[in-house]
Amino acid sequence: MIERLRQILLKEFIHLFRDKQARFSLIVPPLLQMLIFGYAASYEVNRVSTAVLDFDHSQESRDFLERISASSRFQVREVLQNESQIPSLLDHRRVVLVLQIQPGFAELLRKGQTAPIQAVLDGTDSNTALIAVEYINQIAARFAQDYQLQLADRTRPTLATFAPNIELQERPWYNANLESRWFFVPGVIGTLVLVSVLQLTSFAVVREREIGTLEQLMVTPISPTELIVGKTLPFLIVGLANVVFVGILGSYWFEVPFRGNILVLLLGTTLFLSSALGVGLLISTVSQTQQQAFAISFFYITPAIMLSGFGYPIGSMPTTLQYLTNLDPLRFFLVVLRGTFIKGVGLSVLWPQMIAMAILGAATLTIATLRFHKTLD
Amino acid sequence: MTASNGYSVEVEKLVKRFGDFTAVDRISFQTRSGEVFGFLGPNGSGKSTTIRILCGLLHPTSGRAIVAGYDVVESPELIRRNIGYMSQKFSLYADLTVFENLRFYAGMYGVPAAELRGRIDWALEMAGLRGRESSLTGTLAGGWKQRLALGCAVLHRPPILFLDEPTSGVDPLSRRLFWELIQQMSSEGVTIFVTTHYMDEAEYCNRLALMNGGKLIALGTPTELKLGSIQGSLLLLECDRLGDAIERVRRLDNVRDVAVFGNALHLVVSDAAIAPTIRAALESYGILVTGLRVIRPSLEDAFVALTTRHGADDASELSP
Repeated sequence: MIERLRQILLKEFIHLFRDKQARFSLIVPPLLQMLIFGYAASYEVNRVSTAVLDFDHSQESRDFLERISASSRFQVREVLQNESQIPSLLDHRRVVLVLQIQPGFAELLRKGQTAPIQAVLDGTDSNTALIAVEYINQIAARFAQDYQLQLADRTRPTLATFAPNIELQERPWYNANLESRWFFVPGVIGTLVLVSVLQLTSFAVVREREIGTLEQLMVTPISPTELIVGKTLPFLIVGLANVVFVGILGSYWFEVPFRGNILVLLLGTTLFLSSALGVGLLISTVSQTQQQAFAISFFYITPAIMLSGFGYPIGSMPTTLQYLTNLDPLRFFLVVLRGTFIKGVGLSVLWPQMIAMAILGAATLTIATLRFHKTLD
Repeated sequence: MTASNGYSVEVEKLVKRFGDFTAVDRISFQTRSGEVFGFLGPNGSGKSTTIRILCGLLHPTSGRAIVAGYDVVESPELIRRNIGYMSQKFSLYADLTVFENLRFYAGMYGVPAAELRGRIDWALEMAGLRGRESSLTGTLAGGWKQRLALGCAVLHRPPILFLDEPTSGVDPLSRRLFWELIQQMSSEGVTIFVTTHYMDEAEYCNRLALMNGGKLIALGTPTELKLGSIQGSLLLLECDRLGDAIERVRRLDNVRDVAVFGNALHLVVSDAAIAPTIRAALESYGILVTGLRVIRPSLEDAFVALTTRHGADDASELSP
């Protein structure tokens, strides 16, 4: 029993590490993907290409547009003379935003009335457009406030000191500078390890089916449990090593803090990987070729990432979908990853996620074991 | 290890269906211990399916099969300890060395530590791979791979060995060497169950089962099959214009069957005495007959005769 397990583990590790190409594909792609994701995945909107069209040519309109161009959020690329230039600029994505100030802007302000500014946006990328509008709003509010104060100062200096105001003092916990990279890097670790372990597991079984050694193994006295443990344990170890290596890269290269306990993270990873291994085995029971296994694992991975809260908040999904996310082990693993990296919380906070992953892992591994017969039909 | 009645494999009315397709159709036979039992038949005749049922890889649809005294449905795990199996693909791990493959399969079969070294040495010797223990298996030529696969399959000294087309894709010299190993194991009391479609290999078997369309159509020693298959006599006809000759000979009375063998024809006739009539008939059409004599039927003749007769039986069964 132990000898059989020892031999099958030994064999799997030879498969994993003997071939130069296999060694390479085990180490380099996850690190490379971490680097690419770490730089590319971000919600921050900076240097929005902007065009301005000022019909007012007043002190006030110039002052406003100056504030826009002084902000690092916007980059004024074009100064326009008439409206007919706008469509072509947006069509060609030369700019994402056009700010237009109508004649009479300053006059309205001086009369103490509301003065409009028009923002024309490329709504194709709705997220960027929304955030850009938010930034313009902030600049406009600030401008209006300063203008009111100046006006009061000049006309009724005594009253100016009494101008009531509210100031928001932002204190974001855990991520004081609201770096979106801190949100993404732990998420990337979760998705990377899911993809690599799922495919390694399903391919390892299907490859043996293709070359015929699975049939040969089935006529030996090996028990299904021995075979399954032998076929999954190596990839559990690979997955844990992946999390450690990619995690080190994330915290040293991208300076994402790791504030929690590494043992809590490794426990969470083990529970999460039991589901990934179970799904990988299930895929191998329904695939005859590695191409099939690849296609089926793709069908699992895409929704698993979509529903995990990796990029889209689960709270904003329709209720039915929110229920469905409870079947996605990645959803719970991301909470554990972000909890241990950014928040530094431990089991006293993360236990519900741990239990959920344990249940999902036990369920998938049981189904996979039941489906994994030692027969060909 | 073997059942008390002296049979190592007993099959009774075995049926295997895949959907509407009947791959194995009510076959029954027994093999004795130490026998080399050949399974002969065209591709898709049900040979491999039968072997897979006997190894516990496929569940029979109905019928019974006893291997080494155990029922294939009830105790497949006990059967697996008593059999060796080698599939058509010589299933070895190409990225493992020769030694690592042997060590792995020894581990799977639970070869005791005390015997391990000796069994692996024996397998290396048998496969002619001594000194190449650390070569990657993927770099070996076909004949060596085949003998290594055989070595892996018998490391645990099984009393019954199943070989599914073990010589496909192997050069003639290696095939001969392989059959010498088979004969040697058989003389040591191992029952060998082998499928093939090489007629010369079939001659090495103690008994042959002929399969066609899932049915067992003949069973016996090679000699029994050769003699029993042909009713009448077999004539070898050497002549020119083979195509014309076939047409002419078919139309003659007393000629039951005509088949091309190389650059000659084999004729099955009801009586060898009609040979002069045949020669005269062909010469009257201007065909030059260079030889016409009675021969002993080969296994191939038997095979052709039995499969065509079986096909005709099927047709008559279907007609109202």
